Amino acid sequence: MAASAPAATVGAAAVWGQLMRQRRGLLGLAMIVVLALVAILAPWLAPHDPFSTSRNAFLPPGSAGHLLGTDHLGRDVLSGVIYGSRVSLIVGLAAAFTATVIGILVGAVSGFFGGLVDEILMRITELFQIIPRFVLALIVVAFFGSGLFNLILVIGILSWPQTARLVRSQFLRHRTLPYVDAARVLGMRPVRIIFREILPNVLAPVIVVASLDIAQAILLEASLGFFGLGDPNLRSWGGMLNTAQGYVQRAWWMSVFPGVAISLAVLGFNLFGDGLNDATDPRLRSGS
Amino acid sequence: MTASPPARSAGAPSGDAVLELRAVTTEIRSLRGRVRPVDGVSLTVHAGEVVGVVGESGSGKSMTAFSVLQLFPTKAARVIAGEVLLAGRDLLTLRPEALRRVRGREVAMIFQDAASYLNPVLTVGAQLEQQLQAHDMARGAEARVAELLRDVGLTPEVAKRYPHELSGGQCQRVGIASALACSPALVIADEPTTALDVTIQAQVLRLLARLQREHDLALLLITHDLGVVAEVCDRVYVMYAGQIVEEAPVERLFAEPQHPYTQGLLAGVLDLLDPKPIQAAIKGSVPDLRDPPSGCRFHPRCPHVMPRCSSDVPPLLLRGESRSACWLHDDPDASQGAPT
Amino acid sequence: MSAGRGTKALGAYALERLVNAVPLVLGVIVVNFLLISLAPGDPVTALIGEFPAPPEYVERVRAQYGLDQSVPERLVRYLGSVVRGDLGFSFANRQPVLDLVVQRLGRTMLLMLTTVVLATFVGVVLGVWAARRPNSAVDGGATGFALAGYSIPEFWLGQILILVFAVWLGWLPAGGFRSIRAEYVGLDAVWDQARHMILPVLALSFRYMAITTRLTRASLLEVMNADYILAARARGLSERRVLWEHGLRAAALPIITVIGYNFSFIVAGSALVETVFGWPGVGRLMYDSIFTRDYPVLLGILLLVSITVILVNLVTDIAYALADPRVRY
Repeated sequence: MAASAPAATVGAAAVWGQLMRQRRGLLGLAMIVVLALVAILAPWLAPHDPFSTSRNAFLPPGSAGHLLGTDHLGRDVLSGVIYGSRVSLIVGLAAAFTATVIGILVGAVSGFFGGLVDEILMRITELFQIIPRFVLALIVVAFFGSGLFNLILVIGILSWPQTARLVRSQFLRHRTLPYVDAARVLGMRPVRIIFREILPNVLAPVIVVASLDIAQAILLEASLGFFGLGDPNLRSWGGMLNTAQGYVQRAWWMSVFPGVAISLAVLGFNLFGDGLNDATDPRLRSGS
Repeated sequence: MTASPPARSAGAPSGDAVLELRAVTTEIRSLRGRVRPVDGVSLTVHAGEVVGVVGESGSGKSMTAFSVLQLFPTKAARVIAGEVLLAGRDLLTLRPEALRRVRGREVAMIFQDAASYLNPVLTVGAQLEQQLQAHDMARGAEARVAELLRDVGLTPEVAKRYPHELSGGQCQRVGIASALACSPALVIADEPTTALDVTIQAQVLRLLARLQREHDLALLLITHDLGVVAEVCDRVYVMYAGQIVEEAPVERLFAEPQHPYTQGLLAGVLDLLDPKPIQAAIKGSVPDLRDPPSGCRFHPRCPHVMPRCSSDVPPLLLRGESRSACWLHDDPDASQGAPT
Repeated sequence: MSAGRGTKALGAYALERLVNAVPLVLGVIVVNFLLISLAPGDPVTALIGEFPAPPEYVERVRAQYGLDQSVPERLVRYLGSVVRGDLGFSFANRQPVLDLVVQRLGRTMLLMLTTVVLATFVGVVLGVWAARRPNSAVDGGATGFALAGYSIPEFWLGQILILVFAVWLGWLPAGGFRSIRAEYVGLDAVWDQARHMILPVLALSFRYMAITTRLTRASLLEVMNADYILAARARGLSERRVLWEHGLRAAALPIITVIGYNFSFIVAGSALVETVFGWPGVGRLMYDSIFTRDYPVLLGILLLVSITVILVNLVTDIAYALADPRVRY
């Protein structure tokens, strides 16, 4: 290391300390932990196999053995909601991760090299921001199939522009700072400067966007599921709402519970992202 | 600079006082504690008089100016004690609507960085007209705006311009036009030339001085620039750490500064061969107001510090035409040895 | 000095933005082309859909798009067709795709524009209310509302609204564009239409109200700390005028941007909400087309909706330039 990185870099421990002091961020984190536990422990928590049908269709909530009732095929709603958390969490995390990786690559290259490369990449980014994500995702999934892997890939590939713009602006700012100049003078290769020198210093806001991306990815997956384009082999919250659409008048519980689950999961990541944002914002960290 | 009435010495009866502050204390409350940037300040501005308030940054001089109209850059600030008498009426007891009517009409303000005190998305003319409307002078507002702009040396076309299209000096001229718009009794100017280029500073200062004379305005001028004070003011208050340490007619202040702090300031400003900032003349810096020094607040930096300075607060006492708050002057012999 | 402002200059600026938008439109068409080319199986399927089409038509499409030619040749042909307005034929609807989508787009726009107007109005009012008393109960409520708006999926909100207002309370129709059985005329017809719009618009608005509320609050809080706000108060302006004429006027700039740039997300929301309420717009058409595997319709929707978004962004840019004198054009 030739010169030290700017002092504005926020240490992980400091961020954690700030986050712990914010009720909202903490609440979000708690909700995420609960969601993760439910997803991991689904086989032990769920009272029934989420797919097993029975003659007891349209049982209302509170019925014996079916706390949240049953759907039109007699499947247990509670078990469906519990297993659905797995799809939401996996798609949310994996798609946001994919989007973040693509966004960092595009943004770093664009901001570090500038010029024509930047011009072209930013045009492509703009295009991806303009095309309605949901419509494009819908068509791609309709063409290529709606398996879990496809869903993750499609949502990830369509969600990177915000991260790319953020990373680009950070790189534009950092590439003229003394510590980057020093690295250049020392003859470091660009790849090394990008990933070893600059990237660690701009990661904090990227992580904030990533946690909000998880929320968006969960919503998009649920939306596709609602359009009947979820993974047909898995119980998902969006898919349950798709089924419920036909029975709103007859079985309200088929709508209410999966929807509450989606809302809480998305809320958890939004709260966490907000809290993280406040915790990493140096402007809000004045005071001893 | 103005033909000030003769009996304008310190401690004069406040019969023709336009503005009189009596023991005003302003407090800022924050998570880090309470601070009193203005602590028991009393001062008087008479009709047609130019009164300067000088001090280092952090001395509370700007907060004193903001206290008059009770408008502060932070919501956490509030006047907690004292009286602000405008022609005998206490502004601190006014209801919001009555206070609003005073602002911009009876008392107008000129700010330091004029460009940032104009709304970037509204034209200059719109902002001046709003002020006239706010004080029931909407009739003929357009013509009045043109007249005001001419008065401050701008063309009436400037009314159609946006602030970003004007230079810093032009913006300050607009600021002055706004201050004059409703023919106020008192204008408070907070560092009106500090943010400008040196050549522009002189122009704006001359303009302000000319308008003060022509309109026979009472002007309260906040500045850290002793050159400005010497050029424009009739009478000066020196502030230190939220309190007034000296008051004197401008000639007396430069000829015979009483308070060691003022002496230090002047020693700095008079050393023309070494144009250091005025603060350099006095060692150390303004104390932390969260925990001000006991006794005389200047004692930790004072070259003449005596034992009682750290225990007892010196009162502001009249000596000749000046008043100063220093224990040196308690004993008439002690002041003989004070360097000038 | 004020050179560069005026109607003539504005026209030039609008033209410049329009020229800038052309590569984006071309980009959207290329994306469509890539989807057709990369789709598994015979690309003719993507162009016709999985609907039994007459063999002559299939052959004509193959020839028209040069499906046996090289990729660049196919791209040129595809571009040519699109520019001529030929987006294919929907066998499921027995109508050219362009006519079909344009006809549906009108009804979707009715929903979306009502939403934008309502969300902007309510969002700005709530945001101003919250910003005037930061950290109060009102502010807390607005923040909670914003978080809920960001998190609740609009299609589920639609179902809940149907449940409450149509099923349980019976106040409003559960869906549809207008009443089919009764033949209303004049004002009655307008009222009938409005009643069918209330729930979908509410479901669709929620998220955008939240976004606008949050943004207005943040923007106004920042603006109200500006020096020129203090100066306006010092000139004797009333709090109301300081807020509306100075504060909101300056805070409006980021609000304009966000309204414009969120339009692309309203499109998605509207597709979902239309499906919930059986609103016969583009969204419902999309839902139906997925089940009939009517690919040309899906691709046509993607194209036209993207172009609509580009146009809305164009209008946003011009509105911003008009609102902010510092933008040079």
